[in-house]
Amino acid sequence: MFALSSLLLAPKALAAPSPTSIFAPQSTPAKSILDLSIFVLSITGTIFVVVCTLLVYSISKFRAKPANANSEPAQVYGSTQIELAWTIIPVLIVVVLFLATARVIHAIQDAPEPAGAVEVTAIGHQYWWEFRYPKLGIVTANELHIPVSDPSHPTPTFLQLLSADTDHSFWVPELAGKTDLIPNHPNRMWMDPHRTGIFLGQCAQYCGAQHAKMLLRVSVDSPQDFAAWVRGQQQPAVQDASVMAGRQLFEHTACINCHTVSGTPADGRFGPDLTHLMSRTTIAAGATENTPQNLRQWIEDPEEIKHGSLMPAMKLSDQDVDAVVSYMETLR
Amino acid sequence: MSAVATPVVEIPRAWNLPYRGKVAMASLIIAESAIFTIFVVAYLFYLGKSVTGPTPREVLETPIFFTICLLSSSITVHFAGKSLDRNNRPAFLVLWSLTIVLGGLFLFGTGREWHRLIYEHGLTISTNLFGTTYYSLVGLHAFHVTAGLIMLTVVLIFGLAGQVHQDQFRRVDVLALYWHFVDAVWVVVFTVVYIVGR
Amino acid sequence: MSSDAITIPALQVQEKPWVDALHEWVTTVDHKRLGILYIVYALAFLLFGGIEALIIRIQLMHSHNHFVSPQVFNRMFTMHGTTMIFFVAMPVLFGFANYLVPVMIGARDMAFPRLNAFSFWLFAFSGLLLYFSFLGGSGLYGAGNAPDVGWWAYAPLTARAFSPGHSSDYWTLALLASGFGSIGTAINIIATILCLRCPGMKLSRMPLFTWLNLVMAGMVLIAITPLSAAQIMLLIDRYLGGHFFDAQAGGSAVLWMHFFWIFGHPEVYILIIPSFAFMSEIVPVFSRKPIFGYPVMVAATICIAFVSLSVWAHHMFTVGMNSYANSFFAITSMVVGIPTGIKIFNWIGTMWGGKIQFKTPMLFCIGFLFQFLIAGLTGIMLATAPFDWQLSLSYFVVAHFHYVIVGGILFALFGAFYYWYPKMTGRMLSETLGKWNFWLFLIGFHMTFDVMHIPGLLGMPRRIYTYEPGRGWDTLNLIVSIGAFIQAIAILVFVANLIISYFKEAKAGNDPWDAWTLEWSTSSPPPAYNFATVPVVASRRPLWDLKHPEDPDSLYE
Repeated sequence: MFALSSLLLAPKALAAPSPTSIFAPQSTPAKSILDLSIFVLSITGTIFVVVCTLLVYSISKFRAKPANANSEPAQVYGSTQIELAWTIIPVLIVVVLFLATARVIHAIQDAPEPAGAVEVTAIGHQYWWEFRYPKLGIVTANELHIPVSDPSHPTPTFLQLLSADTDHSFWVPELAGKTDLIPNHPNRMWMDPHRTGIFLGQCAQYCGAQHAKMLLRVSVDSPQDFAAWVRGQQQPAVQDASVMAGRQLFEHTACINCHTVSGTPADGRFGPDLTHLMSRTTIAAGATENTPQNLRQWIEDPEEIKHGSLMPAMKLSDQDVDAVVSYMETLR
Repeated sequence: MSAVATPVVEIPRAWNLPYRGKVAMASLIIAESAIFTIFVVAYLFYLGKSVTGPTPREVLETPIFFTICLLSSSITVHFAGKSLDRNNRPAFLVLWSLTIVLGGLFLFGTGREWHRLIYEHGLTISTNLFGTTYYSLVGLHAFHVTAGLIMLTVVLIFGLAGQVHQDQFRRVDVLALYWHFVDAVWVVVFTVVYIVGR
Repeated sequence: MSSDAITIPALQVQEKPWVDALHEWVTTVDHKRLGILYIVYALAFLLFGGIEALIIRIQLMHSHNHFVSPQVFNRMFTMHGTTMIFFVAMPVLFGFANYLVPVMIGARDMAFPRLNAFSFWLFAFSGLLLYFSFLGGSGLYGAGNAPDVGWWAYAPLTARAFSPGHSSDYWTLALLASGFGSIGTAINIIATILCLRCPGMKLSRMPLFTWLNLVMAGMVLIAITPLSAAQIMLLIDRYLGGHFFDAQAGGSAVLWMHFFWIFGHPEVYILIIPSFAFMSEIVPVFSRKPIFGYPVMVAATICIAFVSLSVWAHHMFTVGMNSYANSFFAITSMVVGIPTGIKIFNWIGTMWGGKIQFKTPMLFCIGFLFQFLIAGLTGIMLATAPFDWQLSLSYFVVAHFHYVIVGGILFALFGAFYYWYPKMTGRMLSETLGKWNFWLFLIGFHMTFDVMHIPGLLGMPRRIYTYEPGRGWDTLNLIVSIGAFIQAIAILVFVANLIISYFKEAKAGNDPWDAWTLEWSTSSPPPAYNFATVPVVASRRPLWDLKHPEDPDSLYE
């Protein structure tokens, strides 16, 4: 039937075009899940075919025909043997399915953390992601950089998941199943990407008005690129005298209540850390590309880009906005 | 407007089905038990998890006397029902009133304890997790006691006006069943709050 | 013969002014009228919930659409879910139970007619209270808005800090009230079935419809109340400064989830079990055979009821429970599929060797069988926890549960409408419009909900008012939306059928389908007192015994 064929064809036909397909795993947890899911799909597919055949057969063979419509068929009340048969077989199927499932649950959830693992603390906010690398002294937002993991000496990334407000969920389908970020309830997940590249995802637990635009962008880097990125993030903010006007504005208005720029008086934590804003491809948690025009629009009136986000419109004059944008543009 | 007759094969000799009032009250009790279970689960789950404020051990005093009052009221209501069944209406009224008095005493005791907790120890529903779960659970029970007392009083008024007869024993018994439930819940709440929770 | 017809001469029935008729309906305690009130009420809310669904689907037709703002969209999906579950599915199923249970057991009315009326009006009020939120949600100031926290209202999104205004309170209070109404009806159903059966109708001789509604009512008692308890806790948090779900004070958001799903999962079984009840009455009649394995059907249902109380955290596989908890809920969720599967096999066993008549009720039942099978299988997929770590919170889950609720419950409901409308109104429903209803709805349903699985598999989460282009979701969402409109047309055909047939169609006799349970022994519609004399029964199919005195069921049971 349409349903089954779409489910079976989906992996083949649709894995390529979508960057968030669960059928294109690039990391061990996602791969274990896919293997289990193929197993489950084949069992449920078989059950479907068998039962459907019985159903189709019964409605075609046992239809009332004009010839025999006047008499009632044999009144059969039940059959103990048949009932037993179609109880025992499903029980066996469930046992097999459960054993396969439990194995994968333990393999993923109880995986020990190897020595070379990268540790990231992800904190969910309405509507952006805070990423801290405690051992590396890095704080960033929305775009996660992690190293590719070579199976011979693995460097997986272990994330500790926290929340500053409501419930969120970290979901990058090609890298792992999702895990929720819940206040007062730390969670843990891991991924070990097998190839470099950009992996997309988004928040999967309804967290408020702009849940839809709390996007995730994971950049899996080669070891050298990752090391370079880390070094860059560890630097304090670039000090550029030519944008002093913008910087003064930033530091004397409410911006610093929410944002941090390391090496300056700005140390707010309600909003994303802006120290290396220009190292990110997107702004507003993926809501739009990180270009000067978009940045200007965001500062002038965030509602235009992300209606319902918690960043207020700062009601600055055009000149002031330009100055602040120029300052932001130096924060590489 | 015609009805098709159904065949009479054999008329069962005795066709006695349960009294619907009892079945309904039993169903209500099942539903109420589920509500109380959830509050008890929350209470147990949050034991020891308060971030601030007084702990149960510091402030709770076991209300033995008032518990005895409430549990005795189950006995009096039981015998009140029995009296009515034997058409001993004066005894029914006396025992029924005694039930109300004992239940009222229990409520008074709860009120006194809450007064002490609030004014001497500063424990309110918003103080900490213990405060929230304690007042919710004990309060929910006290609410059910109050509702029961109101119903018992209504029956008492009818009884004093001479309107409650021996053949209404079954109905009175339904209310007594509710009252027994309220007492049983107190046994659980008492155990959870004053014994396990300390 | 033991019963006599009591006829009322036609001349004595006078034309009533409409005010009197209205007064009769508003003050009725007759289970049949209350049943119809429940059903009509549910149909009205079906239209509201359907409009909300169409708004959702228009907004999601393509990426970055601007049909409605995110705030309006979030209200739409919250209200759509809340309306459909609490103010469509529950009342329509209670309505059928109300109407049919007393008649099927040979009783004159429910055990507590006034409680019945009270429960209905409490229900009705609560629905209006919920919808008043569109006007009053923000309190005195502001234009007011409906709840936007999702139908499951996870903490801490419902805390005062994150949901100011009163929209969450409308959700809470409306559902508290409707919950109490449901409990009242459940108590009534249980007391009626246990205490008012006609002589000879032992529990083992009741129609399966009554058995399954008995089980459903029992589940209502223990499943709805956890939600009521959690909602009281939420109100304490919001208005008395409580900390039940306040993370700052050590409270737990996960506790809300546990309480909600302890309600939420049995709730969906509360909805499906009456649908099984419809199937178990209709399939035998149109296969011309008794239900295959009556005792097993009863046992399986009770089994489902118990096991369904132990599966709730399969809605929480992503919440971070430990691997043992996840394994436990995975296996219980798979186990609950076993008795459910047995029921499917028993229905097929009923059809096997029969003489199937493809009247409209049976068409819907066959649709149910196909679709419920698929829904159950996608449920098994979701029960395998690691697979659920990808599929949870995505459109795969949305597709799965709509498959159960629309493909299962609604199809069975359509079957029930076409089957019992003649009994309730005295007229047949048009078979032609019925077939249009069926095929249109089938096409629209499959177009929407088959395809909807795929965006989930491709990473589309739920509850998002828009999505990025380039994720491969655009065309799929467009197809899903078109299917929704086709279903809307089919519903309009259905409603038209209900209305037109009342005036135009052939009069149904007592027993248009040649069926076997007691409701077909009275007139259509039954008189207010149902039976002139209380029936006495000797088997599960009293009318079969009557029609086939040479071969009564009582010899074989």
